[in-house]
Amino acid sequence: MPQPWPDAAGRFGEFGGRFVPETLMSPIEELQRAYLEAQADAAFHREFKRLLKDFAGRPTPLYHARRLSDRLGGAQIFLKREDLLHTGAHKINNCLGQGLLARRMGKTRLIAETGAGQHGVATATVAAMFGLECCVYMGEEDMARQAPNVFRMRLLGAQVVPVGSGSKTLKDAINEAMRDWVTNVSNTHYLMGSVLGPHPYPVMVREFQRVIGQEARRQIMDMVGRLPDVLLACVGGGSNSIGLFYDFIPDAGVKMVGIEAGGRSLQLGDHAARFAGGKPGVLHGTYTYVLQNEDGLIAPTHSISAGLDYPAIGPEHAALFRSGRVEYTQVGDAEALAAARELSRTEGIIPALESAHAVAEAMRRAPRMGRETILLVNLSGRGDKDLGIFQSAGIL
Amino acid sequence: MTVASSSRLSIRFSELTQRGEKGLVVYLTAGDPSLDATGEILQAIDQAGADVIELGIPFSDPLADGPVIQRASERALKAGTTLRNVLASLEDWRKAIQAPVVLFSYYNPILQYGLTAFARQARAAGADGVLVVDLTPEEADPYLKAVRQEGLDTIFLASPTSSAERLQRAAATSSGFLYLVSRTGVTGEQKELAATLVPLIQRARAVTPLPIAVGFGISNPQQVRRVQQFAEAAVVGSAVVHAIEERFSTGGARAIGDFVQWLKHGTESEAA
Repeated sequence: MPQPWPDAAGRFGEFGGRFVPETLMSPIEELQRAYLEAQADAAFHREFKRLLKDFAGRPTPLYHARRLSDRLGGAQIFLKREDLLHTGAHKINNCLGQGLLARRMGKTRLIAETGAGQHGVATATVAAMFGLECCVYMGEEDMARQAPNVFRMRLLGAQVVPVGSGSKTLKDAINEAMRDWVTNVSNTHYLMGSVLGPHPYPVMVREFQRVIGQEARRQIMDMVGRLPDVLLACVGGGSNSIGLFYDFIPDAGVKMVGIEAGGRSLQLGDHAARFAGGKPGVLHGTYTYVLQNEDGLIAPTHSISAGLDYPAIGPEHAALFRSGRVEYTQVGDAEALAAARELSRTEGIIPALESAHAVAEAMRRAPRMGRETILLVNLSGRGDKDLGIFQSAGIL
Repeated sequence: MTVASSSRLSIRFSELTQRGEKGLVVYLTAGDPSLDATGEILQAIDQAGADVIELGIPFSDPLADGPVIQRASERALKAGTTLRNVLASLEDWRKAIQAPVVLFSYYNPILQYGLTAFARQARAAGADGVLVVDLTPEEADPYLKAVRQEGLDTIFLASPTSSAERLQRAAATSSGFLYLVSRTGVTGEQKELAATLVPLIQRARAVTPLPIAVGFGISNPQQVRRVQQFAEAAVVGSAVVHAIEERFSTGGARAIGDFVQWLKHGTESEAA
């Protein structure tokens, strides 16, 4: 596998790159310069580490879910508890990194897209902490199904702009955020929430999320003295999964599984499983797997979890899929809901519906594996925001 | 480039120069509100004096466009418009109009069509140039190869945020004309032209002999005239699309022709 990815043009093999309107090239080049300077600046890394620790609450625990493992009767399941971070998900890691960069570039305004609202809350939080103006774009459908996060953002001083175009979800929120960015390039930083978009976002967000895998590696070595057999993480855009996977890529003995949203069925329009029906194309600035029709129009998607409900996937995942290093699989709405309920009742941990997709896949695999096998699941977020969905699904 | 110098676009711009005139480039979204309507509107605006026509290919996620063109894309997609049926229709439309036609698209539909197949079909249908709004010169090599192979002009955008280096690159990769974006932001009408516009035109002039067209935010004859003081052509998009939205259902193609005539001469006939 060619390392380090990406190349100078932001390509992970054939995927990635920069496909944006000309007006955005200058802020992207400015961001690229600021990012490279920051990467070489020890003071930046010190400040980032300090905030991850003192503000976000890192390191997060690695927890051996013994009761769940026993019930399943096979592999041992370990949970990387990103749900315990400030704001309730891994998203804060990236927001602190990009917030520092925005400050370094002298930007006074942060904008962001959000699906489940976790990235929007994390952005609003960082904006408040740094004293920056904040505007979050959110699809109308997502605002309805993740209402608690809308209130959080407003309480934090952010403006939440409803997006009523297209499918009224994450994809359309990104369109609108890009329109804002192209209009307000001089004072605004677009704080993209996942390993998507034009270079350098995919590599930059990965670098800010790598801490998940670095910690998990140390923790599992301390706890059991060896590397895990399988890593599992849900994949919307792909930031929590790449954050967990990245530092294990050279370890051939560690299997990795990314879980996409299988939605209602695997018919186009009913799911968000890019590797089960998508094909390479360009969306939101990057060349990657995209759910689309034969005319190149982006397809509608569905998932019960707003954070996975998106038609494209980070370009590095496309490359990891192509190379076969990571296996990608799908878990549907019903199975994710059941997994969320099971984890809540056996371990006292209410997972976000996004993360519940990864828990469900671990629950599928564990019974077929020996008791010595170690499955490490990224529990990327907590489920408070999903109470309304649990309720309407009738599992409360 | 030998091809560009004899292209219909280059010829159109040199004719304008010889007559001491400036050009009006008119944008419309293909298939808005239907492909048949587009055929009629193209004839009307051609007769009304559009010097170049930009034909927009509707896309599901038009992130460079403001609300007016977003709505047009939605109407066109709802009517079943695709790149494929636009290219098929263009072959007929082309026979009835004089103005050079530039296809204006997002990259993904072209990529899925296949770059080579797209270029061949676009040429066969009578298109003269292509502008891809989310494709910058650094990612354009495979596209350029395919499109130039068929002798189509390639138009790139430069904007007020483009560095000297980027401006030069956009000019060097463009043929037919260079398209300057008048201001930062998405497409849409506005009251005032941006203060950054004239310096941008001057910067562009210093690096390219290509004709310069200026677009984004130009919506009335006064703004057209103002832009034409400094550039070879003014592009009007959202205002025309807005006129189609408001007037086509009652006034037909003729109302849109009248609107274009008003833009061109500042005099709109009674039909509008």
